[in-house]
Amino acid sequence: MNIAASQNTAAAQNTAVSQNIAASQLGYAELNEQIRAAGKECTLSGCIGQRFIGAGMRDKRIDIGGIPGNALGAYLNGADITVHGNAQDAVGDTMNAGTIIVHGNIGDAAGYAMRGGEIYVRDNAGYRAGIHMKAYKDKKPVMVIGGRTGSFLGEYQAGGYIIVLGLHDDGKPIVGNYPCTGMHGGKMFLRVSPGEIKFPKQVSAVMASEADKAEIEKFVVKYCGLFGADEKEILASDFTVVTPDSKNPYKQMYVAN
Amino acid sequence: MKLEGQVRIPSGCAISAVISREGNRMTGESIIKSMIPMHDRSNGLGGGFAAYGIYPEYRDFYAFHMFYDDDSSREACERVLREGFEIVKAEIIPVKKLPEITDVPLIWRYFITPLASVLSRLQLDENEYVARTVMKINSTVSGAYVFSSGKNMGAFKAVGFPEDVGRFYRLDEYEAYCWTAHGRYPTNTPGWWGGAHPFALLDYSIVHNGEISSYDANRRYIEMFGYKCTLQTDTEVITYIADYLIRRQGLTPEEAASVIAAPFWSTIETKSDVMKKRLTFLRTVYSSLLITGPFSIVLGYTGGLMALNDRLKLRSMVVADKDDKVFIASEEAAIRVMEPDAGNVYAPTGGEPVIVNVKDGAY
Repeated sequence: MNIAASQNTAAAQNTAVSQNIAASQLGYAELNEQIRAAGKECTLSGCIGQRFIGAGMRDKRIDIGGIPGNALGAYLNGADITVHGNAQDAVGDTMNAGTIIVHGNIGDAAGYAMRGGEIYVRDNAGYRAGIHMKAYKDKKPVMVIGGRTGSFLGEYQAGGYIIVLGLHDDGKPIVGNYPCTGMHGGKMFLRVSPGEIKFPKQVSAVMASEADKAEIEKFVVKYCGLFGADEKEILASDFTVVTPDSKNPYKQMYVAN
Repeated sequence: MKLEGQVRIPSGCAISAVISREGNRMTGESIIKSMIPMHDRSNGLGGGFAAYGIYPEYRDFYAFHMFYDDDSSREACERVLREGFEIVKAEIIPVKKLPEITDVPLIWRYFITPLASVLSRLQLDENEYVARTVMKINSTVSGAYVFSSGKNMGAFKAVGFPEDVGRFYRLDEYEAYCWTAHGRYPTNTPGWWGGAHPFALLDYSIVHNGEISSYDANRRYIEMFGYKCTLQTDTEVITYIADYLIRRQGLTPEEAASVIAAPFWSTIETKSDVMKKRLTFLRTVYSSLLITGPFSIVLGYTGGLMALNDRLKLRSMVVADKDDKVFIASEEAAIRVMEPDAGNVYAPTGGEPVIVNVKDGAY
């Protein structure tokens, strides 16, 4: 499936007023200072592993060339980040609002404890994507992964949506071992039929209804707009929807409570 | 001055490696640079490198790299060496004095070969005799530490940041077909010269990011076979496990990976009958060598390397390649420094070994 076609739409909209920052020689603190000092839009070139890019920021668009370091967009509070390549570990750690778009793969523990905002990944995610993702009042985090993910997807998920589209073509399973371990809230959607994946007994994994799919339609449409995939084909496929089995799935696991 | 613990140092160790499948030799410049974007993963309490193929002119001799507290420990160690070895060369390892590297011990290098008469008297092959000599020196000669003991390879390590350690040892002047590197952030053991990575025995070397929960279980088991854990760091035991499983038990690196990062029983259940039998055998026979806790390691050996994550993959590791070279690092940024156009970027799953061998005859 060719999903690289419309890669640069977000970047193209930005270039007119965007301030350029050459990142290759900057440490992460200096780089973030320059991003904060820049206007509403900035384009970074030559990133090489600087951590915490955009941490806690709002009212910004940050366009990233090169390899951003760990904890990209940690505590993000409304800014929009686009990465034109792969990102490393802990993307969107504890983010609160905003959007992170990655035209490539992401590493482990993406969206760790995020409680708001959206993460869109064109290709694959590493281990523990969406670990301890949570929701709060009107905050409902969303993570859409175009390819496949590693083990422990949605470990301890407590809220929000994790959506995995399985558009990868390397023949590997859509998710590794032990997805949804400790899940006690939120919803997970995997574009695969129920029964193909082993889940823990505290969750219910069933075929998504049309109503279920309607809940995630806009996120799938957004993914397809960003990366050039076919939303009709994707939404017509079978999805497994996973939710915790009850409000308190771990009741009596350790003590009678 | 604030001590570690009074200040927060956000870090975790860093590892990096490059190998040429064609056996082409590279200077240490590139691997040193790869550690720079990962600077914050270390805290200056240890850095080091292992290099394979650096001593072709002495390829038949064991290269002992030594730390000495003082000249008396050197003399004591040399007495031990002279009893069993012909010493064809003894020299101070050339270093570049740097303000960043302090409290430098005496650092010596010996090219040695065991005396045939000693081997025949003891009825030992030379590798076993050399391994026993390393254990003997490290456990009985006060102030002397063998930190490298393989043929045509060497470990170089110090207290400091890895990029400084690389300059200190002038690694841009060495050429190797395989380099591994480590930046250390010691969590609960001292940051001292002997405790820096790599840990090496014979031609096996380990760089390790993580912490072994099973350390004492592993140590007690491996010490039954004559190994002595003297260097106050958990990683040391992985090196001895690799030597035990591969050299002494004759396992392949892949089989050794199935011992130290054994798949869960529930995973073994899903395998074919042949694999099920093999994995069950390895888990059962070597159950005390299962390493638990987070790790990503690179094991270097003559003619190849193996990268491996713990089975739960609690540490990061990325692999990529370009032409004849394969790159491995804790972060993709480190690989991009070595080769901006590296392709096939890939994160191996937990317990999945990545084994790269140099083609036969090229090392």
